[in-house]
Amino acid sequence: MNDIVRMLIQRISLGLLTLFVVSLIIFFSVSLLPGDAAQAMLGQSATEDTVNALRKQMGLDQPLHTRYFSWLGGILQGDFGVSIGNKREISELIGGRFANTLFLALYAAFIAVPLALVLGILAALYRNTWYDRSVNVVTLSSISTPEFFVAYILMLFVSVKWGFFPSLANVTLDTPILERMYRTFLPALTLTLVVVAHMMRMTRAAIINLLASPYIEMAALKGMTRRRIITHHALPNAWAPIINVIVLNLAYLIVGVVVVEVVFVYPGLGQLLVDSVSRRDLPVVQACCLIFAATYILLNLIADILSILTNPRLLHPK
Amino acid sequence: MSEQPKTIDTADSSPPPLRQVESKLTVVLRELRKAPLSAKFGLLVIVTYVFVALFAPWIAPYGEAEIVGNQFEEWSDEFLLGTDNLGRDMLTRIIFGARNTVGIAFLTTLLAFLLGGICGLLAAAIGGWTDQILSRIVDVLMAIPVLIFAMLLLTIFGQSVVNMVLIIGVLDSTRVFRITRAVSVNVVVMDFIESARLRGEGLGWITIREILPNIMPPLAAEFGLRFCFVFLTISALSFLGLGIQPPTADWGSMVRDTADLITFDDYTPLIPAMAIALLTIGVNFVVDWFLHKSSGLKDEH
Repeated sequence: MNDIVRMLIQRISLGLLTLFVVSLIIFFSVSLLPGDAAQAMLGQSATEDTVNALRKQMGLDQPLHTRYFSWLGGILQGDFGVSIGNKREISELIGGRFANTLFLALYAAFIAVPLALVLGILAALYRNTWYDRSVNVVTLSSISTPEFFVAYILMLFVSVKWGFFPSLANVTLDTPILERMYRTFLPALTLTLVVVAHMMRMTRAAIINLLASPYIEMAALKGMTRRRIITHHALPNAWAPIINVIVLNLAYLIVGVVVVEVVFVYPGLGQLLVDSVSRRDLPVVQACCLIFAATYILLNLIADILSILTNPRLLHPK
Repeated sequence: MSEQPKTIDTADSSPPPLRQVESKLTVVLRELRKAPLSAKFGLLVIVTYVFVALFAPWIAPYGEAEIVGNQFEEWSDEFLLGTDNLGRDMLTRIIFGARNTVGIAFLTTLLAFLLGGICGLLAAAIGGWTDQILSRIVDVLMAIPVLIFAMLLLTIFGQSVVNMVLIIGVLDSTRVFRITRAVSVNVVVMDFIESARLRGEGLGWITIREILPNIMPPLAAEFGLRFCFVFLTISALSFLGLGIQPPTADWGSMVRDTADLITFDDYTPLIPAMAIALLTIGVNFVVDWFLHKSSGLKDEH
């Protein structure tokens, strides 16, 4: 058991270290600019006075390390600073939107995960049949399609032509849950289609890898039933790769949501990020990037922890 | 720029030079005949795109940014795919998009491969501290999703095509570094590298003449996959209005410009999107086949 604890502590501290370094990158990449952020945002034509005013507002007159620690300290207390564009508190802008993004990602995950697992296991069991081959071609195609292509196809057919679901996912904070699920069905379905392919290919590969290993052959030669081989011998060893695939795709969902949110005009964090990038509202962009990156890193960390915890070789040491 | 996309298909089925030209050519042709339908389809798509990209000005009915009609005209004999939000011919812009979108993505992938490939080879060949430092830098950069990181950097450096190519090229080179280093490390421990070192060969000789030829197949496959990834990232950025800027004809921004038509039951926005999808699918099919052919990589990716 000690081994596991040590590995977990190692992994978690590595994750926290990564998080810290990433926050450094997000903060300090601004200082890569030849001038400073205030100058760059206002452009060449700005007068010295306006630039100085903005500098003061952004706190650029303070030394770099002081600014970093007050920025980080603020964020840890939920204070992301003030938007340059509309002078509002960034935490206010982000709060509801981040919840919306999480809702959409989880909604898609609830459809995608079971679907991908079933399809993947079936493809592995009926390997090299027409089912497997056609699934291979279909998933390869959908992996390589841009999200907005899938999104607009769904919008055109499901919404405009057949009128089943609304084409724009406009929800507010007090939209009731069922109404919300109905309105966000198309974006969720788009995300599902995009991640299912990847997840099921990896599930299939994990199972096929396992079924090719000697101890499975041994079990088959002992005369065990196929069902028992899969439930008692294959699955315990398959959990780690499968959990990994699921969590990595959740991470992808949270990030991949950016394009889908823009297509369906869904009020999430991704849309805020895109708007702020085109307005060059640096503090908001930094805040959004930090949240996205942190979510991504934490989910990867969880994937690692779960795969350590479900590894039979570590749980039952010799 | 017009000649670069040509290398896409030669990278996959290159009949290398000199004495054995005929025999190698016949081998390649035989392999091509035996290739699965999906790979043939992929090759056909790639060749078509390269052709269109090279000869765009001669194929297209109008000029790239020429305004030739009213806004959003319907499909007709005069404008086969209608016109866009400014009255430019859609078909013309699709054809020029092959040159711009694919060309820029190809250039970016090339940059990523030069940077990531050289660093990866050096890290594997030198080892020690160089390897440690490069690998840790790459680990940290890879912890941030590419699209998000690219958006942050575009905000800082400003939106332009050159900035985008540099940013995505550098960010993507981390992935190339990973795979180049991983496959090179396996080669570096071989006896023939040891004997080359004992012969007194320099670093340049060892990386280029000894390691590189042995890691070409996985790198070629990776080039295809990376190209798809870069192509999709650039298209996504352009779609979001942060990538290739008008009046340059580009498929991602064309989807964005015509997106409103979807609600009027019109297929037009799907055509540039489909042009993107078709190429990535084609390249993926070819890479898939190539992986099956060139290595033991059958089911595990």
